[in-house]
Amino acid sequence: MSRLFEDVSLRGAVLLVALFAGLLVMPRFAGDYLLTVLILILYFAYVGQAWNVMMGFAGQLSLGHALYVGVGAYTAAALFIKFGIAPWIGVLLAVPLAVACGAVIGFLAFRFGVAGVYFAILTIAFAEFFRIGFDHFSWVGGSAGYFLPVAQYTQNDLWRLRGNPTMFYYIILAMTAALLVLCRLLLSSRLGYYWLAIREDEEAALALGIDAFRYKMIAVILSAGLTAPAGVFFAFYYNNLFPEQVFHISRSIELILAPIIGGIGTLFGPILGAFLLTGLAESLTNMLHAFGVETPGAKQVFYGVCLLAVIVFLPHGIWPPLRRALGLGPRDEPH
Amino acid sequence: MPAEIYLNVAVGGLLTGLVYGLMALGLSVIFGVVRVVNFAHGEMMTIAMYIAIVLFAAFRLDPLLMMVPIAAVLFALGYVMQAGLINPFINRPEHSQFILLVAVALIIVNVLLMIFGPDAQSVQTSYSFDSFALGPLIVDATKAYAAAAAIVVAAALFAFFRLTSVGTAIRACADNYTGALVVGLDVKRLYALTFGLGTACVGAAGAMLVLFIDVTPALGPVYTLLAFVIVITGGLGSMPGALLGGVLIGLTEALAGLFFTPSAKSMFAFGILVLVLLFRPQGLLGKRAA
Repeated sequence: MSRLFEDVSLRGAVLLVALFAGLLVMPRFAGDYLLTVLILILYFAYVGQAWNVMMGFAGQLSLGHALYVGVGAYTAAALFIKFGIAPWIGVLLAVPLAVACGAVIGFLAFRFGVAGVYFAILTIAFAEFFRIGFDHFSWVGGSAGYFLPVAQYTQNDLWRLRGNPTMFYYIILAMTAALLVLCRLLLSSRLGYYWLAIREDEEAALALGIDAFRYKMIAVILSAGLTAPAGVFFAFYYNNLFPEQVFHISRSIELILAPIIGGIGTLFGPILGAFLLTGLAESLTNMLHAFGVETPGAKQVFYGVCLLAVIVFLPHGIWPPLRRALGLGPRDEPH
Repeated sequence: MPAEIYLNVAVGGLLTGLVYGLMALGLSVIFGVVRVVNFAHGEMMTIAMYIAIVLFAAFRLDPLLMMVPIAAVLFALGYVMQAGLINPFINRPEHSQFILLVAVALIIVNVLLMIFGPDAQSVQTSYSFDSFALGPLIVDATKAYAAAAAIVVAAALFAFFRLTSVGTAIRACADNYTGALVVGLDVKRLYALTFGLGTACVGAAGAMLVLFIDVTPALGPVYTLLAFVIVITGGLGSMPGALLGGVLIGLTEALAGLFFTPSAKSMFAFGILVLVLLFRPQGLLGKRAA
């Protein structure tokens, strides 16, 4: 516990508690629409944080994280539909399967010295491989999609994850908060410092006796395993899965936007990025809608322009300068 | 199935593969010199494809004849992009450059989607269904023309790098960045020129591919990936490697489509990529990367 709050300034603690309390009482005041937007924001904050473990902490760029989301989603959905197994049990199989995928990719890449851009392309290739594979995997619907039974729910069934948005909101809020705490503990652990050393200079880290292969493997495995529950959530929240959508490269890119815009390697970057990006994108959609413009692609162009602007003008993301402006201590500095 | 079918499909794959090779050549040239991976490569090709489609729909201009002006437009686009956007990123970390180009790719795909919509568009020329009979072989005319044009463009590029002084200067930048600066070469301008040449290649390839492929904005990422698979297979930075990789992937896709199902053909291309990354990461004709 002491490590968790070490170096947190009073002002930081107050702001954090206020934010969390605000999110806790939100469903009382928010309508259904606002609630679904918040669920989306928290979802992106969660997967962004999970991706950040690999890229932000250990410096390994993955552009195929949709793979772990998809494996988690399909595993839990298949267990539920075929055998009636609840998602809380399903996640116990979804996580190991995603971990296995991550371990295979990590092992192949790190053992054979595949790094940098080559590694990123290998992760895309695996995700694409699964996308096409699931398109032909008729046991879970193939390209026609896989659907969970939907009904009007008057009562929330937490065990089987059937219910209204408020229930899903609290689940994803709990997941995001828990992951934030976990990442905070990871970053201030011995493992976290090994990761930072590898990220900054792998050869120097090796020279210091850090087993880079081992710690990069741990990063990939953790990141994959942490991403899978988001897939389970995705499956039970949206109730439909299409390989074309779940595993697509654009999903992988979408889920890295929040941490990049917020600040790679920072703890609040993914959360801030998700709020800014999803919030602004939803406002933009509504504005376009109000003007009677229904153009597919407008939101993605907006994402692209945001990404471009941030990478050109604020290469470390928005959170580091914002944190300085708020006067919140020097913790979780990206460099 | 009779043997001719295999042969016909293989020849078709080989010809398509040469056009793929030209597309990948652009990526390879850019990486070999500028050391930046153009993640918007396929997206730039879709720009060329839509220019070809608009020109054909409006003025009945044959994409093969329009190849040169389209390549020129793409050259200008590439030049401006390198000079304005990428040159300041030369000394940034690799992932920064990569994300920059991911952003460019995202913008291109979706601007095209906003302008042209998601539906597939194609070009039907007077010779779309012509073919040549060479003994038992039946060769698709459009593919044969496109492959011949791809070889001509690739040969012109080889000649440019080998025979002209600008080409030599560009190779000098690729071999030794600091050395090139020391002898007074304007490296930034040469980088912009190289990026333009790379995108001109992909522009020419786009004008050819539009003859036998239905175009949608979503093709961009697909061809970016394909170009990556090809250059990594052939060897990033190796010009003959890109053509060889293109032919290999073209053949694999064609035969996989015949033996299995066409929709699963890219799985085999990715399979080759994984094998190459594992056993010969520098690619078939590549030198070991530093």
